[in-house]
Amino acid sequence: MASKGIRDRVAIVGMGCTKFGEHWDKGADDLLVDAAYQAYESAGIGPEDVDAYWLGTMGSGISGLTLSEPLKIQYKPVTRVENMCATGSEALRQACYAVACGAFDVAMAIGVEKLKDSGFSGLVMANPPNDGTPASMTPPALFSLLAPAYFKKYGLDPDKGKDVLSRIAWKNHRNGARNPKAQFQKEVPLEAIKNSPKIADPLGIMDCSGVSDGSAAAIVVRAEDAHKYCKNPIYIKALSFVAGPAEGPLSQAYDFTSFPEVVASARDAYAQAGITNAREQISLAEVHDCFTPTELVLYEDLGFSPRGTAWQDVMEGFFDLEGRLPVNPDGGLKSFGHPIGASGLRMMYEMWLQLRGQAAQRQIKDPKLGLTHNLGGQPGRCVSFVSVVGNSVG
Amino acid sequence: MAGIISYGSYIPYRRLKRAAIAEVLGVPAGKGERSVASFDEDSVSMAAEAARDALRGAAVDKVRTLLFATSTPPYAEKLNAAIVGAAAQLPAESRAADLTGSVRAGLSALLQAADAASGGGLALAAMSDCRLGAPEGRLEQAGGDGAAAFVMGTGDGVIAEIVASASFTREFLDTWRMPEERFGHSWEERFALTQAYVPLLGKAIQSVLEKAGTAPAALARVILDSPNPRAAEEIVRGLKLDPAKLADTLALTVGQTGAAHAGLLLTAALPSLKPGDLVLMAAVADGADAIVLRVTPAAAKFRPAHSVGRMIESKGAVSYGNYLKWRQILPTEPPRRPDPERPAAPPMMRSEKWKFGLIGSRCTACGTPQLPPQLVCVKCQTRGKMEPYAFADRTGRIATYAVDRLAYSLNPPTVNAVVDYEGGGRFLCEMTDCEPDRVAIGDEVEMTFRRLFTADGVHNYFWKARPKR
Repeated sequence: MASKGIRDRVAIVGMGCTKFGEHWDKGADDLLVDAAYQAYESAGIGPEDVDAYWLGTMGSGISGLTLSEPLKIQYKPVTRVENMCATGSEALRQACYAVACGAFDVAMAIGVEKLKDSGFSGLVMANPPNDGTPASMTPPALFSLLAPAYFKKYGLDPDKGKDVLSRIAWKNHRNGARNPKAQFQKEVPLEAIKNSPKIADPLGIMDCSGVSDGSAAAIVVRAEDAHKYCKNPIYIKALSFVAGPAEGPLSQAYDFTSFPEVVASARDAYAQAGITNAREQISLAEVHDCFTPTELVLYEDLGFSPRGTAWQDVMEGFFDLEGRLPVNPDGGLKSFGHPIGASGLRMMYEMWLQLRGQAAQRQIKDPKLGLTHNLGGQPGRCVSFVSVVGNSVG
Repeated sequence: MAGIISYGSYIPYRRLKRAAIAEVLGVPAGKGERSVASFDEDSVSMAAEAARDALRGAAVDKVRTLLFATSTPPYAEKLNAAIVGAAAQLPAESRAADLTGSVRAGLSALLQAADAASGGGLALAAMSDCRLGAPEGRLEQAGGDGAAAFVMGTGDGVIAEIVASASFTREFLDTWRMPEERFGHSWEERFALTQAYVPLLGKAIQSVLEKAGTAPAALARVILDSPNPRAAEEIVRGLKLDPAKLADTLALTVGQTGAAHAGLLLTAALPSLKPGDLVLMAAVADGADAIVLRVTPAAAKFRPAHSVGRMIESKGAVSYGNYLKWRQILPTEPPRRPDPERPAAPPMMRSEKWKFGLIGSRCTACGTPQLPPQLVCVKCQTRGKMEPYAFADRTGRIATYAVDRLAYSLNPPTVNAVVDYEGGGRFLCEMTDCEPDRVAIGDEVEMTFRRLFTADGVHNYFWKARPKR
């Protein structure tokens, strides 16, 4: 039994997003207050108008106090949520359900991550005390497992495969170069991407998302109230969240060329939104391009490309800003950066801009439906979120 | 009389050419190469490998005594033997002890295990050493790393019975090391050679031959192990032993493996011996032990899973630079990643069979093997119908893999592989003893017990996959 969904019952009426990047001069408090006030102002409201908050952060604080303390929230509910790299999307999902069910009229979903204070390269997660047996692989290594499996299954020689991956990174940097809030705002030549120092073969440093600090926030209300706050709100068509049984590392049936969790959450989201052909019906998508092979596999899992053909779509520019289905027009995790708890809401921020014609030099012509996809974990063992949003009801 | 029921041995995959040491340090180069325990091995993990081979086909549940011999115990306090026993899945009802403090501990373990087995039940003697000498010293080049293990018992299963043994002990100063020291010291070698080793070894051999009622000419094979090879040479001359019957000391291919060495030489010699053959094995270090063994007809039926010859051939080079890093003689700048966290005692005890024995589970409802052991079946989602299922001796093939250049390791890059086992089950684990650029989907691998890392003084032992040796 799939979820019933809340199609067109909730609208986003205001959003904020800080610039992502190495904010040596800002802590999580600074980023949260900045994103929250951008969102208030965007919706034309003040803190007194928000009834409840959902804060997503993986490791930049615990409990609702992480938000209520810097923002001086006046004795209201603040829930801190965590769902690995999909944390920001989870915060949004909870806030949407809260207003949809009528418990609150106005809710804020906000995500933050302050990664650059750790002193470590890449992402570091704390583990509970354990028996010393879990594999201690880094995220790029975990996602690199996809590459040899995909190449072998679809007959790409490693050099050709590397070209495909490099082109995904090239596209995202090209988009990010047109985004004033992105961490990296420079186009990067294909050769430089392809020859970047190896991190987890065949992935180089340029196949990895940017480690950054940032925060993003959204104000949600019931759809019928949306026009009280905003002339052109965006509407939630679908929200799907799936946690898998972690079959990949256990079962020989899993072949490391797909995320079953993504397939399941996409199917659920498309059913909620009434989408029958994602490749044709979706105008633009923000997907979880933590590493280039992830984005490659996601094209197929989300139904944008038939199995085994996404690499051809990549090479033909299908997902470019000018392509038939632009993916990661804001630069994605690759170029916009990936402050964990903020990323899901950052994806939605691009929908907010694009669906309302405010994406300036990145603006896609006349978009109707946008998709965000956010995942956390590793191939075969992850959580996946898919949303569909649109700029009109129905 | 008690004797050997089965045996196993272990020589690590890596070899360091003596010329490679000489090239860096400018010291005279010895001939050949020495074996080097990998960065993830120690005397316990190597003993576990040898013990697993020795126990294949043996009645593991009848083992009542476990003796672990080494001069390089990973823990100064905490029973090292218990780790070997857990990896080999020995029964909890057993006597266990570490024999250490001298490379002589190896033969002591063998003799004590034989004594223990004489009273019924089986006894396992595992001997292992990771010989570490200071750069430019003799031991750095002459030493080697390796392990051997013997299951001792009585009755029809004995493949080599102990006919007689003789041991001599005297107090003298030859080689010593304080508990907090990594490298040992030696007195001028002529002293121990002339005043202790040659006389003691001679006495031990004469005594054991007398007890066995055997003349040197009747011996099919003679195994002599001496830290100083000259002691053995003088004995051969003095007792007029036939040089053609002398066992290869593995000096050129492995090096002298300390407490493991006499045992390792015996495991190397046994496969080529015939029923009725008499073997003399003698070793000197802090005294002397000599044993005469007689090979029985049962020996024809036993073949070790990994022969010494096979493991000598199965090898890969290590540079002197990497060797120095692995032994942490040469400090290196750590990566900008968190240090590994020490494993926690309660979860380690809860998962003892999994962590140390690589025992997973098999769903009795649908038959699917899975690891780590599960509560609910990954295939049919049935709860609570799992039975233990051992993976340690199963081979598998690589489904996909990752070469991790970011992870903390003494030997970057870390290779991880998704291993699909023959007969079912999949595991994502670290690979070892492999060349990262040669790993490929479909490669055959086998499991090996390793020390993953040490954190806050806790050694974290677990399993890795390696290309089949």
